[in-house]
Amino acid sequence: MAEKITLGKALNHGLRRSLESDSKVVIMGEDVGKLGGVFRITDGLQKDFGEDRVIDTPLAEAGIVGTAVGLAIRGYRPVCEIQFDGFVFPAYNQIVAQVAKMYFRSLGNVRLPIVIRIPYGGGIGAVEHHSESPEAYFAHTPGLKVVTCSNPADAYVMIQQAIASDDPIVFFEPKRRYWEKGDVDLDVDLAGAYPLHASRVAREGSDATVIAYGPMVRVALDAAAAAEEDGRSLEVIDLRTLSPLDLGPVYDSVRRTGRAVVVHEAPGNLGMGSEIAARITEECFYSLEAPVLRVTGYDTPYPAARVEEEYLPDLDRVLDAVDRSFGW
Amino acid sequence: MANDESEAGADAPAGGFVQLLTPDGERVDSVTTAEGVTYSVDFTDDEYRELYKDLVTVRRLDAEATALQRQGELGIWASLLGQEAAQVGSGRALRPQDMAFPTYREHGVLYTRGIDPIMPFGLFRGVDQGGWDPNEFKFNTYTIVIGSQTLHATGYAMGITMDGKTGSPDGEAVIAYFGDGATSQGEVNESFVWSGVFNAPIVFFCQNNQYAISEPLERQTRIPLYRRAAGYGFPGVRIDGNDVLATFAVTRAALDNARNGQGPTLIEAYTYRMGAHTSSDDPTRYRIASEVESWKAKDPISRLKAFLTKQQVADDTFFGEVDESARKLALDLRERVLAMPDPQPVTMFDNVYPHGSPEVDAQRQQFADYQASFEGSGH
Repeated sequence: MAEKITLGKALNHGLRRSLESDSKVVIMGEDVGKLGGVFRITDGLQKDFGEDRVIDTPLAEAGIVGTAVGLAIRGYRPVCEIQFDGFVFPAYNQIVAQVAKMYFRSLGNVRLPIVIRIPYGGGIGAVEHHSESPEAYFAHTPGLKVVTCSNPADAYVMIQQAIASDDPIVFFEPKRRYWEKGDVDLDVDLAGAYPLHASRVAREGSDATVIAYGPMVRVALDAAAAAEEDGRSLEVIDLRTLSPLDLGPVYDSVRRTGRAVVVHEAPGNLGMGSEIAARITEECFYSLEAPVLRVTGYDTPYPAARVEEEYLPDLDRVLDAVDRSFGW
Repeated sequence: MANDESEAGADAPAGGFVQLLTPDGERVDSVTTAEGVTYSVDFTDDEYRELYKDLVTVRRLDAEATALQRQGELGIWASLLGQEAAQVGSGRALRPQDMAFPTYREHGVLYTRGIDPIMPFGLFRGVDQGGWDPNEFKFNTYTIVIGSQTLHATGYAMGITMDGKTGSPDGEAVIAYFGDGATSQGEVNESFVWSGVFNAPIVFFCQNNQYAISEPLERQTRIPLYRRAAGYGFPGVRIDGNDVLATFAVTRAALDNARNGQGPTLIEAYTYRMGAHTSSDDPTRYRIASEVESWKAKDPISRLKAFLTKQQVADDTFFGEVDESARKLALDLRERVLAMPDPQPVTMFDNVYPHGSPEVDAQRQQFADYQASFEGSGH
């Protein structure tokens, strides 16, 4: 039965269902227990599953991920919460040097079914380190898979799929969308659900392709709605998986439209958009009517909250890029 | 510690250490620490001889590896020379159900687990990255980034508690190996915090071999390392790491405490790296010959040999047999290392992800096609 719930609540339901369906699933992080997490994503879970399943950890991110590695070797399926995007870096060594490499190092003998949940992105008026988009660091690392959800229905399914996967997965949650509501089928059969590592056409269109993920999908959809009023039909693709990328639907779209705009909050330099633009160019060269354009955060540290609206890609900047594409 | 006034421990650093066999081969019946804990061992003659055989064997295998490296057959080798007692004593203290998390130097511990000594040679020869199944051998893969494995060991130990496998003599325990340099790493200190607050069944076994590559202990710490444990709320014990008996006694007691639900212990095994950090290092640039000589007088093998001889537990025939047995093992190891096949290049695409990746698969195919394009071209 479908219910209209927020993205945050959808994640909470998804985590609950994973805890119910597999006794080896444990949630660990700072304030995830009694408090239910600073965003309340784990609200009520410790009360129902106990302190051994939902673990309030010491305040040490390397410790969270490092001990998750040991728990995984022991047969557990840890779900780690990193409280904010900018706090993941103390755990960077464990994620990149250990989590990502253990399966390879051990010649396939050690699986680390670890999910590292990271609320990411800006737009919430926060102080430094609370609004960043570090996804490219992890997508660049072989051995990790990286996904991000953009809406409640996907959040509910994707978190469960990620936990059920034996691959180590960095799961980026668009924190400014935590409170946006959508229809979620809480009884959905995971076996028949849309695959985790697959992108999806979020809105069909014929004139240009806008590629986005996470918090920017909403922006892209809004831009497409506005463009329609101007008589332009934008196709919006929600990438959902950042590593591996699933660009088949993107290529199909760009071959039809001839124009592509990639949107993300992270700085443009060597961001996801760079890789996506390169691959579109390699695969769709003869279909392109214009270079692949990028609408991204600027190559500055994330700015103070009172100017973040100017830093973050918005509807106007997306439409401006579409205009530039047509002006080529 | 208690042995300040006895002859035993005359070679101890300030603050003393637990020693049950002096460098001259004198047995100390038991040692009682300032905290009132008494340590002793009760080995049969056979067990003494086995320990001796272990020590000689791991040293001989290590020497063979060093030779192989010098002959260009290994890319690098991290020698355990001088640390045999710390590794054999602690390794033999493990019970079968216990789990070990090594650095990249614990070849002696690996041997005591009954593992084929060739296992880590894939790593050092460059054939693989050191791949085996930790759960099959109760011995994790070697970890090269300094200190990272202490957190893995801590998490594994938390899992033991969550599985209800502590609180009895049949319980499980974990031993985490690391060196003096690692004690400066944040992750090691985090593992102390976590183990303390979760009362994890773990023994932190620090082989203080006095140097982190070139940097002496004084660059890592202001206080003796074992005393750091107090700040984390669990016991710290310093042992003579060149004394296989003290190492065994203290490690066995700490592991049993852990499996019984009494939480972590930090053991500082005071020892010395007689060789270079690795085959790529030149220790003459940072330490003087007289220091090395003074540690030679504390050799872990010669002291046990002296004891066995004095006690008439072993004679020259036995020592000769041990040497011959170790020599044969080393030759066998050499032959098998030389016979290790180079991996097929395309295998680099294997084991990136348990569920695979279409991107890696595509690159594998591109690589195979590229390789195939040279066939018959003389390249």
